[in-house]
Amino acid sequence: MTDTKAEILARIRAALGTDGGSAAPAGATAAAGTVPREYRSAGEHAPGSDVVLDLLIDRLVDYKAHVHRVPVAELPALLARLVAPTTREAPRGSVVVPHGLDGDWLSALGDDVDVRTDSRDAPLSAADLDEIDAVVTAARVAVAETGTIVLDGEPDQGRRAISLVPDVHVCVVRADQVVQTVPEAVRLLGRDPARPLTWISGPSATSDIELDRVEGVHGPRTLHVVLVS
Amino acid sequence: MSTFLGMPAARDGRGPSPQAAPGTLSGIGRPEDPLHWGASFPDAARAALDNGQLRRNLGKATSTIRAKRASVVGEVPDWEALRDAGSALKTDVMARLPELLETLERNVTARGGVVHWARDAAEANRIVAGLVRAKEADEVVKVKSMATQEIGLNEALAEEGIAAVETDLAELIVQLADDMPSHILVPAIHRNRTEIRDIFLERMADAPPDLTDVPRELAMAARAHLRRKFLSAKVAISGANFAVADTGTLAVVESEGNGRMCLTLPETLITVMGIEKLIPTFDDLEVFLQLLPRSSTGERMNPYTSMWTGVTPGDGPSEFHLVLLDNGRTKVLADEAGRSALHCIRCSACLNVCPVYERVGGHAYGSVYPGPIGAILTPQLTGEKSDLPYASTLCGACYEVCPVKIDIPSILVELRAREVALAGSSPDTADRVWKAAMKAASYAMADGGRFRRAARVPRLLRAISRNGVIRRLPFPGSLWTRSRDLMEPPKQTFRDWWAEREDGR
Ligand code: SF4
Repeated sequence: MTDTKAEILARIRAALGTDGGSAAPAGATAAAGTVPREYRSAGEHAPGSDVVLDLLIDRLVDYKAHVHRVPVAELPALLARLVAPTTREAPRGSVVVPHGLDGDWLSALGDDVDVRTDSRDAPLSAADLDEIDAVVTAARVAVAETGTIVLDGEPDQGRRAISLVPDVHVCVVRADQVVQTVPEAVRLLGRDPARPLTWISGPSATSDIELDRVEGVHGPRTLHVVLVS
Repeated sequence: MSTFLGMPAARDGRGPSPQAAPGTLSGIGRPEDPLHWGASFPDAARAALDNGQLRRNLGKATSTIRAKRASVVGEVPDWEALRDAGSALKTDVMARLPELLETLERNVTARGGVVHWARDAAEANRIVAGLVRAKEADEVVKVKSMATQEIGLNEALAEEGIAAVETDLAELIVQLADDMPSHILVPAIHRNRTEIRDIFLERMADAPPDLTDVPRELAMAARAHLRRKFLSAKVAISGANFAVADTGTLAVVESEGNGRMCLTLPETLITVMGIEKLIPTFDDLEVFLQLLPRSSTGERMNPYTSMWTGVTPGDGPSEFHLVLLDNGRTKVLADEAGRSALHCIRCSACLNVCPVYERVGGHAYGSVYPGPIGAILTPQLTGEKSDLPYASTLCGACYEVCPVKIDIPSILVELRAREVALAGSSPDTADRVWKAAMKAASYAMADGGRFRRAARVPRLLRAISRNGVIRRLPFPGSLWTRSRDLMEPPKQTFRDWWAEREDGR
């Protein structure tokens, strides 16, 4: 143990009166395990139910995300439309996808879109990502009450950098991944807590100038959430 | 044109003058001691009260955030239960701090991170500077962090020839203007859009010359300015909102995406965190991730929250250092009456509801921690004699909104009692001091809206007697009764009150 560490721990024990110098105060250990948890550990609506999906959509729209709801058969066509080049000045589009993304999802992409695949073993550089227009990822879980989607870095969601640097993020969420409350999501994520997690609630935003909300600062300025059922 | 990034200006030991404020491009300079700078609170408050622009900015900002907070908190049916859990969790953490810190260290280390311990600001700065130098970097990107402001890290790095680039929009504005933050959450709240445009034009070399003062344009100018730095930075420095002991997971809550950039792109990440930021288990995040955003920005959830556990090979930084900082925290912990100040999750809700903060702004507190939390935390961290416990009307609004239920008014009363005791005062002094405080309280209560919003004197009395503080006060408790007769609208403005208080000294 370093001296510094030992000294800080000794200071803490002395502060708490648990350094053996005096009897530990009654509260010092009794507090453990006495945390009241009267709050809701889950919502009243089932994951993926219509109420929960409607709530998620309402929250996402409130935060200026674009929301699309499609049956799985129509997903490829929608994705093709969302990543298609939009301006005449840029006749070709580009999209990065994590290597574990379902290949069918991209089956309708036009040949005017370059697809780059990224993985932990073969990562694109930040400079490369900066040249790419859009990213398509899956998600791990979504929280309806707060309008949040969470990515956990698994192969269908990819490295954190790919959903950060390109300016358009298209995130595909299955209806059954949508829970009502924050605790439901945390407990699900807690099964693999060491995964790098990114909680996303709308596009990046700032209110730093006279509290005027400006959407889109450093993260993707456009967020599409595609709900698939 | 030079850009002044990270270059300290006011290191002459006197600290900045509190007079510089909106209307002048250059800010108040960077002080020698981030926890104690500028004039005494009454002097600084008087100067701030003379500044109409500042008061308008503050009034608009605090009332806007207050309304947003109230609306999203009102949506949560179990809000009080969440506060109870948050408060109990923090109490539990403090009681088990040594054990939890060692658990955190073990878990971070097991996942490839390196944990450092720093007794004070100088030690933390030395550790960070050494780590940056080892990477041969002369520039680092930073995500807004109270802990690194508290230790004056940017200035310390500048002395080592390392430029620390603040990447949070408001922090960038503050840094470019050679200013100090005036609010925990919106540090440039004292600046309006025109001033920000002028600051960018003069001090951001790559600002477009035809920049207007439209917030979107200003934000885009900052995006362009910082983009290259993000893509090329080798080292990033962050704080942490939470650290989960039993998994070693760190969490940073933010809005703009600059946090994600810093936490994800550079090869090396250095996180500086106060030892009180711990939470016991991963599941406990479910409490704080509900309490913090709604209390802070008044959003249901902030745009981005990043969580990482040590190093994930192939994804994000390949080197992670965690600096655990004491810097006075163990002093606060040793104080049974005041230790709950360490429960603070830095949401800033107490600033936005405080009638004193709303009028005098953040700079008057002379500390990186302003407002009600600053009034209790700053004097406890420094252990110095302080005016700050008087920077309150004891109206109780801060306690009502605090997501972890820190009883700020009771702690203020306790600290005042000690100030009085320190002064070795006669009953006369005590009487004068308390009358001044009570006049301030009556001022707050004269406003109908504020009166309804704020907790009342009975609540405060309850809080005081619970702590047994009142028995230790060197004057008769009847003063309290007298104070309650003062509740008619005062003939006096707040400014007059300060003047009188000063004259009476
Ligand atoms: S004291 Fe409470 S209300 Fe104030 S910033 Fe800290 S957590 Fe928020």
